[in-house]
Amino acid sequence: MTDSFYRRALSFTNARLWQLVHIDVLLMGSLLLLIGGGLFILYSASGQDVAMVERQVFRLVIGLLICVALAQLPPKYMRRASPALFIFITVLLVGVLLFGVGAKGAQRWLALPGGLRFQPSEIMKIVMPMMIAWYFSDRQLPPNFKQILAVLGLIVLPVLMIAKQPDLGTALLVAVSGIFVLFLAGLGWRYILGAAALAPIAGYALWQFMHDYQRQRVLTFLNPESDPLGSGWNIIQSKTAIGSGGLYGKGFLQGTQAQLDFLPESHTDFIIAVLAEEFGMLGCGVLILAYLLVIARGLYIAAYAEDNYARLLAGSLTLTFFVYMFVNIGMVSGILPVVGVPLPLVSYGGTSIITIMATFGILMSIQTHKRAR
Amino acid sequence: MSRRHQNFRNYRQEQRLTQQRVLAAVVFVLLMAIVLMARLFYLQVIEHDLYQTKANDNRVMLVTEPPPRGLIYDRNGLVLADNRPIHSLTVIPERVESFPKLKQMLSGIIDISDDEWEDFDERRKEYRRPYQSLTLKSQLTDEEWAKVSVDLYKLDGVQVEAQLTRYYPYGEAFAHAVGYVGRITTKDLETVDKLAYQGALFIGKTGVEGFYEKTLFGEAGLSKVEVNARGRIMSELERQNPTPGKDLHLYLDARLQQYAYDLLGDYTGSVVAIDPTTGGILALVSKPGYDPNLFVRGISVNDYATLRQSKKLPLFNRALRGGYPPASTIKPFMGLAGLEYGFSSWTERYFAKGYYQINPNGRRYRDWKRTGHGWINLERSIIESVDTYYYQLANKMGITPIHNFLTRFGFGQTNLLDLNGESGGLLPSNEWKKAKYKEPWYPGDSVNVGIGQGFMVATPVQIASATSALASKGHYFYPRMTQLVGDEPAEFADGLGDEHDIVLKDQRNWDRMIDAMRKVVTDPHGTARRLQGTDYEIAGKTGTGQVFSLQEDQEYDADALEKRLHDHALFIGFAPARNPKISVFAIFENGGSSSKPADLTKALFDAYLHDDYPARYDYLKGDKND
Repeated sequence: MTDSFYRRALSFTNARLWQLVHIDVLLMGSLLLLIGGGLFILYSASGQDVAMVERQVFRLVIGLLICVALAQLPPKYMRRASPALFIFITVLLVGVLLFGVGAKGAQRWLALPGGLRFQPSEIMKIVMPMMIAWYFSDRQLPPNFKQILAVLGLIVLPVLMIAKQPDLGTALLVAVSGIFVLFLAGLGWRYILGAAALAPIAGYALWQFMHDYQRQRVLTFLNPESDPLGSGWNIIQSKTAIGSGGLYGKGFLQGTQAQLDFLPESHTDFIIAVLAEEFGMLGCGVLILAYLLVIARGLYIAAYAEDNYARLLAGSLTLTFFVYMFVNIGMVSGILPVVGVPLPLVSYGGTSIITIMATFGILMSIQTHKRAR
Repeated sequence: MSRRHQNFRNYRQEQRLTQQRVLAAVVFVLLMAIVLMARLFYLQVIEHDLYQTKANDNRVMLVTEPPPRGLIYDRNGLVLADNRPIHSLTVIPERVESFPKLKQMLSGIIDISDDEWEDFDERRKEYRRPYQSLTLKSQLTDEEWAKVSVDLYKLDGVQVEAQLTRYYPYGEAFAHAVGYVGRITTKDLETVDKLAYQGALFIGKTGVEGFYEKTLFGEAGLSKVEVNARGRIMSELERQNPTPGKDLHLYLDARLQQYAYDLLGDYTGSVVAIDPTTGGILALVSKPGYDPNLFVRGISVNDYATLRQSKKLPLFNRALRGGYPPASTIKPFMGLAGLEYGFSSWTERYFAKGYYQINPNGRRYRDWKRTGHGWINLERSIIESVDTYYYQLANKMGITPIHNFLTRFGFGQTNLLDLNGESGGLLPSNEWKKAKYKEPWYPGDSVNVGIGQGFMVATPVQIASATSALASKGHYFYPRMTQLVGDEPAEFADGLGDEHDIVLKDQRNWDRMIDAMRKVVTDPHGTARRLQGTDYEIAGKTGTGQVFSLQEDQEYDADALEKRLHDHALFIGFAPARNPKISVFAIFENGGSSSKPADLTKALFDAYLHDDYPARYDYLKGDKND
């Protein structure tokens, strides 16, 4: 009997035990796979800086704790808190515009007592889909035109404030997270096709709204060779790193672009280029597969969630996570402009790890708080 | 949730709607993932070679290591140009936090002049490989070296580096022959392989150093190194060691060179000694010289100005570029020309008055001897240096035969095989005068050329090599400095290094002319009779070159003239006359009488032929006992 207890307790397939602690084994497993691989790449990308890897591990542990903590919170409480959270964070965004601190001409943080800093726009990536999902939770789907307009209104205000900081990357991700809810809620295909047709006009409007350095990024993206030592340097060097890696890569710690510092931001936004150089297309394929595992589990949770709120929120958070990855790899490999989006869970850096792990805490909560049928 | 709506809602249908959308999202995600993989495939497989090359271009750099420069030896194995280890204070600018701070710290340790700092700052701004050290102060004294070494740990980016510098142990007497190396200028880099000279400290500028630059330099070592994005060398990938430059063994005899230089005394002038059996230059003196060591690491502005402004023109290589009237030293060649073309013979007699006139009432071309020489022949015209004989001979011949004949002896052209910067002098001709003055050639022009004056200008090297050709009876070698390059005999383009024969219509004329030149010394009336009393035979010819023209009846009065207007004193000679081992040309500028160069030549003959130099030259003996 004791023997059988241990066997059951130790078994990862013991669904009931994990249900009890509200951890989704498949999601957690694929996340740990991704995180482990990420640390491995970071060790190389940081120039074998063990201290840096340790700091990253520390952040990931905090992130995992937050993930597990949020997983204990039933979705219905989240739903109820959504509008208040949304208003609170929106007010904070106003605060950022008024009293924010930052660097390089961008105001992104609120200073907290004790020297801590806090980035409300980061939280908005979660709160935005919560708000829109809440909006649809007691309305019949698919949304009608009036509801669509209302939702767009909810999206536009915070997005504009974030874009004004300016932080185009986060603004786009926040907007996308809201729009994904709309899409999952059944937004009519004619609206989607109409929006696609209007995109060029929107693009022009966006251009007018951009800061010089943001325009420069777009121009550099369109023709990196125009300024090879200036703003084109990053993208040229990252493409060189990726391309020279070939099919199988140069080997762990053998990437000349990364190890000899030709690759800028190699441990943060451009970390995928280190992987691509040292492990080739094969390594990138494995990493993308790990992402797809996480995303597949997330979309499964969304599809079989208990109510509209949970479905819409889970689906949107998962898709936003995918967009995160896609934008990062896209920009590093030169098919998207450089917008400063880190590779989720792999890039070195604080805030995004916490919010992304919080995202997966919500997904686990949604999956593990379903009433037994 | 409002109960009112609940009745109309179909939750299952709404769930199905969202599930359909999730399915659409799955398709979207997969499509986008395929886009990413396609992009990676494009970069990593299709364009792989391009980026592989780019990555290698990024990280691989070529760094050169300068080879040790070949040494230059004299004929007895004495080192004339040496490599010496020195210690220099160098700085890697990338490692220096603040230059004002460094300047302040260094000022407490050793003296670095403002000039040195200025120079350093200038070179720091030029393009160079990052992390390459720059010399701040070269040639530290042992004391300075010790002082800096103690504090080196405090000075980031500063180091003491051992380098090889060029050193010329015997200084100014050799400067015009051996030449010097100097700092590499941008102009120099246009003519050499830039990569090879990266890291080299100097390049051959003049003399043998300049001509044999490629040989002496050797081949730079090349290493392929891996650098990081900031240019710092991380590792060496491949290495090709430098090939040291080849040593040169010159014909030059250091003792003869120094002796000749000293014998010129306070006069400016030139001495060129040639071995007629090889064409090898035994001495190539231009006085005054200068200390070539001044140029090796860059000469200071003050030192250079002093050299440039000196009235004695120490930087001017008289031996190669000095244009002098050959004066009476031309007479043996002129006599041979007359014989060659049938304008004179050994037997024909000529009455030499105190002057010569082309026309009965024309200008009087004066002989150096006012009373004239009376009845003379060709031989006596050489012995007594009869001017009027050559006036009439030249007038009879006209310029074209003279030009053609003297050309065969190297006048009017460059002859040196292995020194740059030689001047061709001037051997006038009809065409030349027409082009230059738009005037025809007048008989009077020939008359002046007949005694090596007028338009004719020759360099010491030219006259010396023509003398050498005469000494060897036309069995002639072009003059050259270098005997051996490494262990191999020096080779020259187009077989120029080989002997060639100047063939006369009557080859016996060589012996007759040499005999006449021998009698210049032995004859009681010979102009060089003061050289009598040797146990070997000397053949020679004196000359005094007019620096300015005297009016027709004006008397030359040396005492009344400023020294700079005194006649140049010249002498050509070779010995032993019947089997010459050395031929010499010497000129004392404004020396007045040809006794000075004649005495000098005899002293050189004595020393060279008997290997008997004054004891004070023992330090130049070399270690080869041959």
